[in-house]
Amino acid sequence: MRYLCYTLADPTIPIPPPTPELMATMGAFMEEATKAGVLLSAGAAGPLDEATKVRYRDGEFTVLDGPFTEAKELVGGWALMEYRDKAEAIEWTKRFMAIAGEGEVTIRPV
Amino acid sequence: MTQTHAAAEAVVRMEWARLVATLARYTGDVGLGEELAQDAVVAALEQWPDSGVPASPGAWLTTVAKRRAIDLFRRNRELERKYAQIGRDAATAGPFDQAAGDDIDDDMLRLIFTACHPVLTVPARVALTLRLLGGLTTAEIARAYLVPEPTIAQRIVRAKKTLGQAHVPFETPDGQQRPARLSSVLEVIYLIFNEGYSATAGDDWTRPDLCHEAVRLGRLLAQLAPAEPEVHGLAALMEIQASRLPARTGPSGAPVLLLDQDRARWDRLLIHRGLAALARAEQLGGAHGPYALQAAIAACHARAFRPEDTDWARITQLYGVLAGVQPSPVVELNRAVALSMAYGPQAGLDLVDQLVTEPSLRNYHLLASVRGDLLMKLGRPAEAQAEFERAAGLTRNGPERELTALRAQQARRARTAG
Repeated sequence: MRYLCYTLADPTIPIPPPTPELMATMGAFMEEATKAGVLLSAGAAGPLDEATKVRYRDGEFTVLDGPFTEAKELVGGWALMEYRDKAEAIEWTKRFMAIAGEGEVTIRPV
Repeated sequence: MTQTHAAAEAVVRMEWARLVATLARYTGDVGLGEELAQDAVVAALEQWPDSGVPASPGAWLTTVAKRRAIDLFRRNRELERKYAQIGRDAATAGPFDQAAGDDIDDDMLRLIFTACHPVLTVPARVALTLRLLGGLTTAEIARAYLVPEPTIAQRIVRAKKTLGQAHVPFETPDGQQRPARLSSVLEVIYLIFNEGYSATAGDDWTRPDLCHEAVRLGRLLAQLAPAEPEVHGLAALMEIQASRLPARTGPSGAPVLLLDQDRARWDRLLIHRGLAALARAEQLGGAHGPYALQAAIAACHARAFRPEDTDWARITQLYGVLAGVQPSPVVELNRAVALSMAYGPQAGLDLVDQLVTEPSLRNYHLLASVRGDLLMKLGRPAEAQAEFERAAGLTRNGPERELTALRAQQARRARTAG
């Protein structure tokens, strides 16, 4: 089963830059997930003020540039994963979060 | 099942292959390693739902298994020599949970090579690989292969015994032995994939779980043996073929053939991964490896957004090269199909007719259905009908039989209409 996993965070709360230790541990984790064949693709969303929204309504396109101050919960990091089942998805996510730190990850089958 | 139990099971499955690999190295015996791993798993599944999953579950399992190993060796005088060895290793190797990442990779590679050892029959290699590396239970393997569970259980027991009796060392072969041993590993993984991709029997046309299992094994191997071009060739082949899984089955479970598939349903991400793996194989100088060639052929289809965009001339040429490095009547049959697409049905039929006398293809349903297809295109429905009927009688896969029977009917109708 394929899952889209992503973190949600309030963009007004700044995230401290990762320490070298965290980056090394995260690197090792990503390697492990790649080796296990579960990690297909992963990345992080850029800053919100660089975001653009395209709307299509009543036959008209509207292009909106950021920043979007109304957003309280935003996708931060994301990963496309392939797991056997939901239980496996949860356990891998726990391992990721134990390294990444406190927060919330949403796991959605895609 | 409670959530805590499901969590414990998931963690155990994630740790399983590495646990077996570690114990196999410590005991020098894959069979014993697996039994000790199994004991530790039983203990974990008893304790974790209440106590919670420990912070380092892999270290927990390894420590429990190691204690059992020492108990067992103490009780078993015959194994005293091994006990002494373990004692020495334990004294010098330090605690289990400090095992370095590189060591475990080496152990995993040793485990794959041992599970696919040529001393075992091919079905035994397949079962052992799924059990030890994939972490599937005997019940799951039996279900996947539609055989009774005791058959698989026995196959695994016998395989472990064979490895022990043959004194197969727990090691990664190198030098002269390596190419043949590696090709056995690749063959086993691809067999697992193919059983899922074109189920040889049963009511389902495909069994995607087996495909996914094989793709995972392929990805693992690509990380463990990154310098081997054919490892990437196989990974590429499986990723690209797996990209078509969503389109290969119709709503009612009936097979949808390649040229009839809705290509919008092909998995672009897997295609992308497959093409990247193929590029890797070619960079490593492996463009003419049998798996890389098959992946290159699959890539020709993957790159075509519409069936009519397919570069059949290139596919014909690639099959020609493949027939040179790995001559096989099945490759010739595929080449005939490509020839017919590139240069017309008569070109394909000329080659297929040479294969009719090939003993290994005598009962091969695809030879009959390919021949039927070409005869239909050449406006010879009476002969086509006979071939389709023959193909329907030869396949053991339900949906495939129905598809072929349907084509026989179409041929009959075309015959009476003409």
